[in-house]
Amino acid sequence: MCAKRVKDVPSQVETTGHVWDGVEELNNPLPRWWVWVFCLTIIWGIGYTIAYPAWPLISRATQGYFGSSDRIAVADDIARFDAANAPIKASLVAADLAAIPGDEALKTFAIPAGASIFRTNCATCHGSGAAGVQGKGYPNLLDNDWLWGGDMAAIHQTITHGIRNTTDPDARYSEMPKFGADEILDATQIAQVVEHVLKISGQEHDATMAAAGATVYAENCAACHTEAGTGDREQGAPNLTDAISLYGGDRATLTQTVNNARFGVMPPWANRLSEDEIRAVATYVHSLGGGEAPPAP
Amino acid sequence: MTSPDAQPPSLYAAREPIFPRRVKGHFRTLKWWLMGVMLAIYYIAPWLRWDRGPNLPDQAVLADIAHRRFFFFMIEIWPHEFYFIAGLLIMAGLGLFLFTSAAGRVWCGYACPQTVWTDLFILVERWVEGDRNARIRLHRQHWDREKVVKRAIKWTAWLLIGLGTGGAWVFYFTDAPTLFFNLINGTAAPIAYITMAILTATTFFFGGFAREQICIYACPWPRIQAAMMDEDTLTIGYRPWRGEPRGKQDLAGNGDCIDCMACVNVCPMGIDIRDGQQLACITCGLCIDACNVTMDKIGKPRDLIGYLALTDETAERAGKPVKSVWKHLFRPRTILYTVLWGGVGIALIVALFLRSDFDVNVTPVRNPQFVMLSDGAIRNTYELRLRNKFGEDHSFAISAAEGSPFALSMDGQPETRVLVPANETKTARLFVTAAVRSEAAGQERTELRLWIQDLGPIGAELTNPDRAHYDTVFYGKDD
Repeated sequence: MCAKRVKDVPSQVETTGHVWDGVEELNNPLPRWWVWVFCLTIIWGIGYTIAYPAWPLISRATQGYFGSSDRIAVADDIARFDAANAPIKASLVAADLAAIPGDEALKTFAIPAGASIFRTNCATCHGSGAAGVQGKGYPNLLDNDWLWGGDMAAIHQTITHGIRNTTDPDARYSEMPKFGADEILDATQIAQVVEHVLKISGQEHDATMAAAGATVYAENCAACHTEAGTGDREQGAPNLTDAISLYGGDRATLTQTVNNARFGVMPPWANRLSEDEIRAVATYVHSLGGGEAPPAP
Repeated sequence: MTSPDAQPPSLYAAREPIFPRRVKGHFRTLKWWLMGVMLAIYYIAPWLRWDRGPNLPDQAVLADIAHRRFFFFMIEIWPHEFYFIAGLLIMAGLGLFLFTSAAGRVWCGYACPQTVWTDLFILVERWVEGDRNARIRLHRQHWDREKVVKRAIKWTAWLLIGLGTGGAWVFYFTDAPTLFFNLINGTAAPIAYITMAILTATTFFFGGFAREQICIYACPWPRIQAAMMDEDTLTIGYRPWRGEPRGKQDLAGNGDCIDCMACVNVCPMGIDIRDGQQLACITCGLCIDACNVTMDKIGKPRDLIGYLALTDETAERAGKPVKSVWKHLFRPRTILYTVLWGGVGIALIVALFLRSDFDVNVTPVRNPQFVMLSDGAIRNTYELRLRNKFGEDHSFAISAAEGSPFALSMDGQPETRVLVPANETKTARLFVTAAVRSEAAGQERTELRLWIQDLGPIGAELTNPDRAHYDTVFYGKDD
């Protein structure tokens, strides 16, 4: 292969014959310790595959002498953090619900914990930023408009039992009649009552029709939504006079709502989340900007 | 040249043991001083105290990893101010460029820990086993009683130095006196013992046995530094035009070099500087000292081996006057490095004095961009991150610029004050509301300047409260 061996003149070291841009590669010997280190790394590698999971087999890899497992390590970490958090969780469960947002220590623990629980369990419907889905019936939890109340106790109740589900007998339940579909009102009456709702929510409306609609409203809607249209949280009847409409406040959407009614469902969480988790997520939701103080007795 | 019948060279070579002889001279003296000063800084620094008040550690130099703080005398660095460290690293890099382009591998020869500790280990070696000849004899000797005893003493001393090195290192990361006490009675954290064990082992092995092998095979600096030198860089060189042909002085025609091998015998890298500038030379200057002793003895001028630049060679060979040292040092290249180095340094100092003792960061919550309230008002949410670098609890008041149309609230209260404990970071949610049908509520973007005023510690009225501002944007419902 290399018929004649050439020596570099100044260093008297043999060259490999490789030349790049006039620079010759010298064939200096490797230090012997380097070879030993190389052998050691191989021995270390073999030892490593014995000590730790390494060789893939048919159903799983070799387990390794130390039985090291990331899964077990994570489980241990979780157990360790659970143990460390046990006292604060216990005091969170023991605390008076209304007092939690004012308690610095509980709040400091509950808000980040609740945020993480929210992102895992609630964000699917309410959105990762808790803004819900406007016009689709997933309530925005950031504003100050509540269907069933926005103080700690009300939020806690909603999360624990859910809304209008059939799985939890304690779920709060309300049902608006399908005024159009069930032929309770005719199309004219529905058009009139929609004008009335547009009027009380401060939007452009047909005054004559709205006046007629006021009567229809008083007879059919006021029982739940109240005379003034401010809603009733006891029954989950939304406030019709404010700027926020869960499904949309325009003429077409309102007509559709009166015709077919709406039936938003939230599952109960008591069987999925522990009491401390429910309280944490309630504290988080309460902190988002719409949290209310408990009603005066 | 060709040698077709020679055996192929071995692929591997054993390390040639090196027994540097003792030498006296200017560079050796300089190196003793540098070694003393640098080792003293390394060992003493963690024990210096610096009073920072009751809530902060009183160690002058401390990298408090657990609490994410770095303390250096009056300077305290928080994680978000890591650019200071980056700036220092840039300065270290530029400094290295400067020194290397001016005077070659001075870092390698005088300041590198590998050089300093190896020097210290060779000193210990000489105390225990004697100078070069005695050490060579001992090396060739069989493992008799003398050799066993001397080696045991030497290795023990090396191990103790290694232990001290690793021991001093861990003191930089926690309170040194406490850790010292804990290390002694066995209650220190395992990581402290592990770190000490690793550093003891590496110091022992690198300083005692690996020595020049680290510089030649393990270290990238020799390659990088060589790229920063040019023909005006001062490096250590032999003057063959004066020294050659080497040999006996009384023979006519011989040069000044009497081939006494002094320069080779003192070299910690085991090289012959007379072969010319080479990768293994760390420019420690000991061959200069050794040669000067010989030149003095035979009555010849000094500096047969000395600091010289490539350009000097041509001038000296031609018998022309050489450039002065200052001309070698002050060149456009070194001046540029100095200016850059000084510029970064000044910028860091200015930044250090400009930073305030509290710090605020505002992150607008943009998921969603805005929230409409039931009365039609538009609200934006901002995450405030307040850092209180004072040694005591301070409260801070948040307000919008004067005459601003926005209403601020926090926790449902219009009182927007945040109490931040001493030396901590606190986050708070600030709600900013624009009234229904206001201009800000109806347009897409409105500039918003938030003022954060330091109200000082509770109960103490600040006469001249410090305040900072943060500019952000308010999003309205643009339809």
